[in-house]
Amino acid sequence: MPGRTLFEKIWNRHVVTGDDPALLFVDLHLVHEVTSPQAFSGLDFNGRKVRRPELTVATIDHAIPTVDRHVMIRDPQSRKQVETLRQNCARHGITLFDLDDPRQGIVHVVGPENGFTQPGMVIVCGDSHTSTHGAFGALAFGIGTTEVEHVLATQTIWQRRPKTMAVEVDGELPLGVAAKDMILGILATIGVRGGTGHVIEYRGEAVRGLSMEERMTVCNMSIEGGARAGMIAPDDTTFAYLEGRAHAPKGAAWERALDDWRSITTDPDATFDEVTRVSAPSLIPHVSWGTNPGQTVAVSDVVPSPDHFDDPLERDSAARALEYMDLRPGTPITDIPIDHVFVGSCTNGRISDLREAARVVEGRKVRDGVSAVIVPGSMQVKAQAEKEGLDRIFRDAGFSWRDAGCSSCLAMNPDVIPAGERCASTSNRNYEGRQGRGARTHLVSPAMAAAAAINGHFVDVRDWR
Amino acid sequence: MRPVRVVQGTMVPLPRADIDTDQIIPKQFLTRIERTGYGEFLFWDWSRDGGGAPVDGFFTNDPARRGAKVLVAGDNFGCGSSREHAVWAIQDWGFEAVVAPSFADIFKGNSYQSGLLPVELPAETVTELMMAADDPNAIVTVDLERQIVICGDLQASFEIDPTVRDRLLKGLDAIGLTMEHEAAISAYEAQRPEWLPRSVTE
Repeated sequence: MPGRTLFEKIWNRHVVTGDDPALLFVDLHLVHEVTSPQAFSGLDFNGRKVRRPELTVATIDHAIPTVDRHVMIRDPQSRKQVETLRQNCARHGITLFDLDDPRQGIVHVVGPENGFTQPGMVIVCGDSHTSTHGAFGALAFGIGTTEVEHVLATQTIWQRRPKTMAVEVDGELPLGVAAKDMILGILATIGVRGGTGHVIEYRGEAVRGLSMEERMTVCNMSIEGGARAGMIAPDDTTFAYLEGRAHAPKGAAWERALDDWRSITTDPDATFDEVTRVSAPSLIPHVSWGTNPGQTVAVSDVVPSPDHFDDPLERDSAARALEYMDLRPGTPITDIPIDHVFVGSCTNGRISDLREAARVVEGRKVRDGVSAVIVPGSMQVKAQAEKEGLDRIFRDAGFSWRDAGCSSCLAMNPDVIPAGERCASTSNRNYEGRQGRGARTHLVSPAMAAAAAINGHFVDVRDWR
Repeated sequence: MRPVRVVQGTMVPLPRADIDTDQIIPKQFLTRIERTGYGEFLFWDWSRDGGGAPVDGFFTNDPARRGAKVLVAGDNFGCGSSREHAVWAIQDWGFEAVVAPSFADIFKGNSYQSGLLPVELPAETVTELMMAADDPNAIVTVDLERQIVICGDLQASFEIDPTVRDRLLKGLDAIGLTMEHEAAISAYEAQRPEWLPRSVTE
């Protein structure tokens, strides 16, 4: 029998019936307030029940305020949406991490930190960044609301078998270069459509060397390359992260699980439909200059000219992006002034991200005129950061210290970046209007965002003293 | 879901690549809990200026484009967020099909679920169709049964997943179909490893 990939092994063991399309069993369904109300009303309309409420976990994250949220959600529609989720969860017996629950947070932060996300699982959520959970060697992908309804009713989902792509990141990641820079570098290589129809497995020495939180950052942005999912083989780093977490297996079950998890990695003789290689030692801190996550350059570089692109559509897209971003070709990236800094999101809102940012900030002040905000990815991340005194470092420097949620990543809540203003953001998308109509987003790592807050413009964190 | 067989009507050209779902329906309209009523917000930031006034020349404000049934767009249409609201907004405005050289995976899946027809044609054919669509009265026919697109002299066949095609033609509800596999689902559930996580202990 020819060797099989991690993806193929997980796929094969989840087929309930069919071949292509196959009906896959869903081990974990994550739910949030924005993409679920219509799914629940569809269920109710047809008199259907949630098949496996205990395999479903809900949280509130997308549209909630990050200040004074215990008072009330001011926007009446958001308030109603949150209330609707509460009612739906109560009626169907689904566990909800509500605003007063210490486990509340961004859906892709709370799944892993509570031990729900485990190797070998199929995980879905009505959110495109579900690919985050692939960091554990799970097959995890985003779905739409009609599919949310289908999973609620049947605990299964129909899927066409995607193609496989290996992204081999060879060599060691240099000091001062973050996981965010690795994925931005990968996206600059494969482009925003390169992964379409594929599941990516990130491999190679540099990937093996990443912590679990860094792996989540990489897998999180797989969708930005168009990929259906991104994954990384489970190893001792994965097991060490999982052991002892609330919903991880315990005792004898832990041992059985370990044996199983060790068996699902890609066989040495397995082949991928596509292979892309990226050299880790040549990676440098990245900054996005345009309006899609593939439009990035090294911090030491300049804003590119549209003429730099051969493809006419790419050229048009670059010209349009430069106009929206109000940038001139040839401008050094380090000359771009910043009005806002946002550290947070399912990409970079975890404790190690906050530690990285705090290391840069400690003992310094946010530049006058810059509004800088830290939004922990979950209330557990927030509590841990406060235990370590990171909140003090941030507050002393002039950062605003918030409660957990998606916040300025998509600005569905009041944390909107005003039109014409520029934000160094640790989030995942720099689309037109993403952080607010007319707002200009530059995607960077937490350390790069923190350094920009201190200087009022981008700097190379590798030179940070 | 209503069956989809033939979509016939006028077109709107949107000659841009990588149109993301944040453009199709911006986030401020996602707090609604209904499935309908998104059409008036379609491409909001392109359709309205900062003060909320209609942007001249954009198709949503052009009476000549009202009633169009087919949107013709560039590569990688619908990339980004998984929001099905993007599909609902396109349908709610009146479109029944989108023609593009390629679609983002989640958007394509969402379209199938909601009965919006995503039609993939070679880039040159899409460009030809886009030129034809400059005329707001030009009629296009998208025939799902025969898997062809016809517009004047242009005739092009397209591929579509046969399972999806069948479901769209019949307007079938996927949950009902899946429930026919109840025995297989139960059998699968019975052999899952016991260590897999549960949110509530039974």
